[in-house]
Amino acid sequence: MINKPFIGFLKPKIEYETAGPTTSAPREISSSGHVVLFAERPPANRDSLVLNTGDKVNTGQKLSVFKDSDHYVIATVTGAISDISSYTGDQGKKFTSITIKSEKKEEVDDEFGGKCKEPAIENAKEFLGCIAGMPELDKLMDPEKPIKTIVVNGMDPDIMVSANQYSVRYDCAGVRKGIEILKKMSGVDNIILIIPPTLKRETQLEKIETQIIDTKYPAASPSLIAKDILKQVVPAGKSFEDVGLFFIGAESVAAIAHAYEKGAVPVKKIVTVIQKDLSRTVVSAVIGTPISNILSAVGVTVNEKDRVVIGGLMTGRAVYSLDYPVQPDTDAVLVQDMEDISDISDNACINCGECIRVCPANVPVNLLVRFLEAGEYEEAAYNYDLYSCIECGLCSYVCTAKIPIFQYIKLAKYEHALILAAEAEAEAAEAGEAENV
Amino acid sequence: MFNQKKFIVSHAPFIHNGSSITDKTYNIMIAAFIAVLPSICLYGAAALKVVAISVSTAIIWEVLLNKATKRPYSVGNGNAALIGLLFAMLLPAGVPLWLVVIGTFIAVVIGKEIFGGMGANPFNPALIGYAILMVSWPDLLDFDEVLVNYKFDFVMLSPIAALKHFGPDSVALFPACDLLVGKQIGGIGSTCGILIILGGVYLIIRGFIRWEISVSFLAGVAITAVLFNLSDQAQYGGPVIHLLSGYTLIGAFYLATDDSSSPVNFIPMLIYGAGCGIMTVLIRNIGSYVDGVVLAIILMNLASPLIDKIRPKAMGKV
Repeated sequence: MINKPFIGFLKPKIEYETAGPTTSAPREISSSGHVVLFAERPPANRDSLVLNTGDKVNTGQKLSVFKDSDHYVIATVTGAISDISSYTGDQGKKFTSITIKSEKKEEVDDEFGGKCKEPAIENAKEFLGCIAGMPELDKLMDPEKPIKTIVVNGMDPDIMVSANQYSVRYDCAGVRKGIEILKKMSGVDNIILIIPPTLKRETQLEKIETQIIDTKYPAASPSLIAKDILKQVVPAGKSFEDVGLFFIGAESVAAIAHAYEKGAVPVKKIVTVIQKDLSRTVVSAVIGTPISNILSAVGVTVNEKDRVVIGGLMTGRAVYSLDYPVQPDTDAVLVQDMEDISDISDNACINCGECIRVCPANVPVNLLVRFLEAGEYEEAAYNYDLYSCIECGLCSYVCTAKIPIFQYIKLAKYEHALILAAEAEAEAAEAGEAENV
Repeated sequence: MFNQKKFIVSHAPFIHNGSSITDKTYNIMIAAFIAVLPSICLYGAAALKVVAISVSTAIIWEVLLNKATKRPYSVGNGNAALIGLLFAMLLPAGVPLWLVVIGTFIAVVIGKEIFGGMGANPFNPALIGYAILMVSWPDLLDFDEVLVNYKFDFVMLSPIAALKHFGPDSVALFPACDLLVGKQIGGIGSTCGILIILGGVYLIIRGFIRWEISVSFLAGVAITAVLFNLSDQAQYGGPVIHLLSGYTLIGAFYLATDDSSSPVNFIPMLIYGAGCGIMTVLIRNIGSYVDGVVLAIILMNLASPLIDKIRPKAMGKV
């Protein structure tokens, strides 16, 4: 818990974790037993799947999941598929979960190495979509939305987390090579590496062009990097590709470099384990490893009514089970003691204005939250800047009335998307009817 | 994929800065109560009685209304007690107790609860209570009348009333340092300027009230008073008496800064505070009421949502 200071009229200052010189290299977690991989949508029925239980897979093998889609996952261990089922995640999003029982003898798949001698955006898209950080490489290929600037983020999205920062610190050569490969394969010359001031020395040794960023949360959020460093404000509701920006984590960039260097798809992810006393251990685990493995390796005991969070303190997601696997975009695992869990309330907004002063996007949170509480999502979206929110969570952090504002905002975006979809559907149906007449 | 242990699952963020409504109201009450102490020393049990009745009845009204409206009891957050305390601070020590009970009823029930409770009140509840009493029973709230039986070692005249009725020549009766240390007739908690300022500065440093409102309020009073004074020295008093007497200080630090009835953006807070200050002096100098603070703040409360529309453009807003 980071408490409000006694002198409270200033803005709260939450700093990102910036890996100091004393921190050690990531600890390797040996993969044991099984891994679980998630594919983007649920299995419609047995026949729609390419995979079957019992199929043998090799480490780094590309597994196409659905017959009617080119979506794939990368097997991260050698073994046999033991289970394929449906899994429901946050906000009702469904996935296909694929469990692979690992064998002792590891065999690295050679398809990538054989097919992809030279770095190219086409083969990167084919094989590297599931590496650490899950870079959306297909966005680099969209002819309608040409990318003008690639931002390599050497900062992490949340406080107390270091995955990208670790890559820059301990694998700066890899990051440099990755940037060169990215430059070559995308044809984009303007690539910037964003780093905290503490990593200046490493990047200077490798002669990488960098931009130093403020270490105050949430300065490393992509929207704020675009606004403060690139001086390019993304209009509310538009994506970064729309304005020619592409964001990728330093860890992903380094992984791309290693993929082409070794001729194999990287299967590991750097994860920060934040323990109950907020001490941190950085581990390197095979993607798909259940977090229970990681927690026991680090020596964290989890009790009933504790809170286990995937991701950081400000933006993570609490999970129900320790069987949840490390995903390509899992930067941290956080365990909170039940004593440390702050309560939320159903108080009404008291209009103290703390959220207004802390909001980096100037959203009128005090007004917005009133509409969100009443379920007036359209009003919130059109008149009260719902889509300007960059989802940093600071409003909930400072709320005197302890209103779960961030949750309301996420819910509103979800519900409003449903409303828009329903409207579009109704319009399409109407248009269809008109044609029939 | 479930195992036996059950975890607490909730939405991000997973930390909070530890602030709470209770913490806030209790801090404001402690700071405000310091300013009440000199009056308790001066008037004794009479002042204490008013404060005690005011705070307790404010709490009772809120409990009764919570019960009647079948809502969860909200007195625990201290807001009702705070309204009671602020209301008592405006009253003279000799006020009849039935008037206090009626006042807290108006403040808590009409000023706050019927709008939906804390955070939904468009006006400062304590001021609504006081304003209605001021219109209904003006004699019972007239300091010079109510405190006629007290005799202390300073001029037993309300400075702000003396200024209104006898002109700026009477200002000489009230040296600034006397006003500052509480040697003046007035409300229970509104006479001792130095303690009000100390409490207010404490709250500003802790972030419980906003400096923008208090500072611009005082600046508004001072500048308007200077302008009036310059225009006609024989008719209008200077800024010192306007700042240090009446409800100016308690208004600037405790009444105008009420969260739900004041703006939250930077420029609107300045406009709101300055508006309160300017209106205060206008009512005092040109209006018929002796003290303008109460009505000035209520008026600006009314304008607050409108002023608060002046806000920075949200990021990416087109």
